[in-house]
Amino acid sequence: MTKTLLSLSGISKQFDGKTVLDELSLTIDDGEFITLLGPSGCGKTTLLRMMAGFEHPDEGTVTLSGVDITQTPPEHRPLNTVFQNYALFPHMSVFDNVAYGLKMEKRPKAEIAERVEEALAMVQLEDFVRRKPHQLSGGQQQRVAIARAVVKRPKMLLLDEPLSALDYKLRRTMQVELKRLQRELGITFVFVTHDQEEALSMSDRIVVLKDGHIQQLGTPREVYERPANVFTARFVGQTNFFPGRVTKIEGERISVDVFGLTRDLNKPSFRVAMNQSLHVLLRPEDIRVLAPDDTDGVAGKIVERNYKGSTLDSVIELEDGSHVMASEFFDEDDPTFDYSIGERVRVSWVDGWEWLLAEEGDEPLTDEEELAADDAEH
Amino acid sequence: MRWLSRSYLTLVYLLLYVPIVVLVVFSFNDSRTGYNWGGLSLRWYDSLFNNHAMVQAMWNSLWLALTAATVSTIIGALTALALHRYRFRGKRVLNGMLFVVMMSPEIVLAISLLGLFLLLGLKLGYVSLLLAHVTFCLPFVVITVMARLSGFDERLPEAARDLGASDFTMTRTVLLPVIMPALMAGWLLGFTLSMDDVVVSTFVSGPSYEILPLRIYSMVRVGLKPEVNALGTLLLVFSLVMLMLSQRILSRSKQ
Repeated sequence: MTKTLLSLSGISKQFDGKTVLDELSLTIDDGEFITLLGPSGCGKTTLLRMMAGFEHPDEGTVTLSGVDITQTPPEHRPLNTVFQNYALFPHMSVFDNVAYGLKMEKRPKAEIAERVEEALAMVQLEDFVRRKPHQLSGGQQQRVAIARAVVKRPKMLLLDEPLSALDYKLRRTMQVELKRLQRELGITFVFVTHDQEEALSMSDRIVVLKDGHIQQLGTPREVYERPANVFTARFVGQTNFFPGRVTKIEGERISVDVFGLTRDLNKPSFRVAMNQSLHVLLRPEDIRVLAPDDTDGVAGKIVERNYKGSTLDSVIELEDGSHVMASEFFDEDDPTFDYSIGERVRVSWVDGWEWLLAEEGDEPLTDEEELAADDAEH
Repeated sequence: MRWLSRSYLTLVYLLLYVPIVVLVVFSFNDSRTGYNWGGLSLRWYDSLFNNHAMVQAMWNSLWLALTAATVSTIIGALTALALHRYRFRGKRVLNGMLFVVMMSPEIVLAISLLGLFLLLGLKLGYVSLLLAHVTFCLPFVVITVMARLSGFDERLPEAARDLGASDFTMTRTVLLPVIMPALMAGWLLGFTLSMDDVVVSTFVSGPSYEILPLRIYSMVRVGLKPEVNALGTLLLVFSLVMLMLSQRILSRSKQ
């Protein structure tokens, strides 16, 4: 039985006449790890700042455990934030930074000392109490910022791209650590990121945002395997978009023609008509690369190969000029498996792993989105 | 080439420091005339401190510099905060006007202040001096504090609020401590500026409140007394101490 902790309803916000959030509604359950994911400018940070109390919506209400806190200033909200660049107080020691929130609550000295120690132990920084922030590495500063925010035992922890300033390896370590902390503390985490990989690996639920609208709300698996629209499909992970055409509708089954191959599929949730064009989506790992003399699949040739350690990623050019991305695991039976550029192959996929999307009016990505999607991948 | 650049540098430093060294050395000269050496002595320091009018002028100057620096630091800090924090109409004009005060010739400021005080019927003395000194110290304080604020992380006040601090508590526990070095540097700058000002002070001071630079000026007019050397040496030591202090504060704040 999940309980709603925070709910936003009908939230709109404009900055200098530009709409950042547009009648957005969202409920966050007690104890979940929810991620706000989207390209820069999608409104995710504004949404987080609204939960913290730094911004107030033009329209709509924010309720926490059933209490309206729309106009409550940040100092009176039982939530705490971990800021993007940590925002540690430079003139205070690690201890004083972490103790700050408890001092504001006017807690007795002994209790403050005990709880600060406990919080620092949780992030493995017990030996750094006397240091100043500038004497710490980026990862350590990050831990202090987390300790400072959780020491008040908030109902909810808001994290604004907390890992974006760390290098790749440290980021992976902190991801695991944050998940561990969340399990141990049992508090709700609202996590803002533009990194889809981070979102997929850490969240219970993901909110995909674009232009102040929720594009999709679901578990990482739903968002990745059953994207609600073209934007989500492109933003989260890599996807091959194949042009499909409906050739037969029979009850709950339809037949779709892709590159001259006919596939029988379950009817999608949107309305379909005979001869309608639609997108057939396949993730690179769903693609099967076959020998050139195979009877199944579409003919093409390898134009790019990338050795990725655990997988071999390749790009195959089909005869009509379109490109297909494939990602294959190394096989125990054939450790020397590789392609050479220009090699002739046939492309197929695992039956039933396709995902269908209706064509949208605004098909091609704008340059901005393309860049944002690129950003998210790297 | 090497010896040329070296001797050029030596020449520059000689030009800069020989007069100061001469002043310091002659302040310990026992002779009554300034140009021949009569042996070591502290008699001019002695006579300086027995000169009641001179000591009074020194105290007046110190008090004036202290109050002027403090008042301009308070007003200047608030101005800098307002300019940094809020967006309002005429902000750019206000910002530019600070530079106008800083860059305009002192004599212009002096004449206009005198005109203003006469127009208001203000008696020339401590108050008129204080107002004038605050006026020319203010832009320096504002610019020093603004420079510090421009590097101030806007997330810090938010972090404090997030952890339960009211706006007032945040200002006291986070904002002020972080900009404190700039406030102190601004204060020291104001103090030294006020301490050695002659031009503006000449115009706006009255007989009721004599300050040190003007006292020295009038002494020199009737002939150079060795007492002036002693006084100059004391002022030099004082400025050096102030300079070192402000350097220390600034370098510590850079960490």
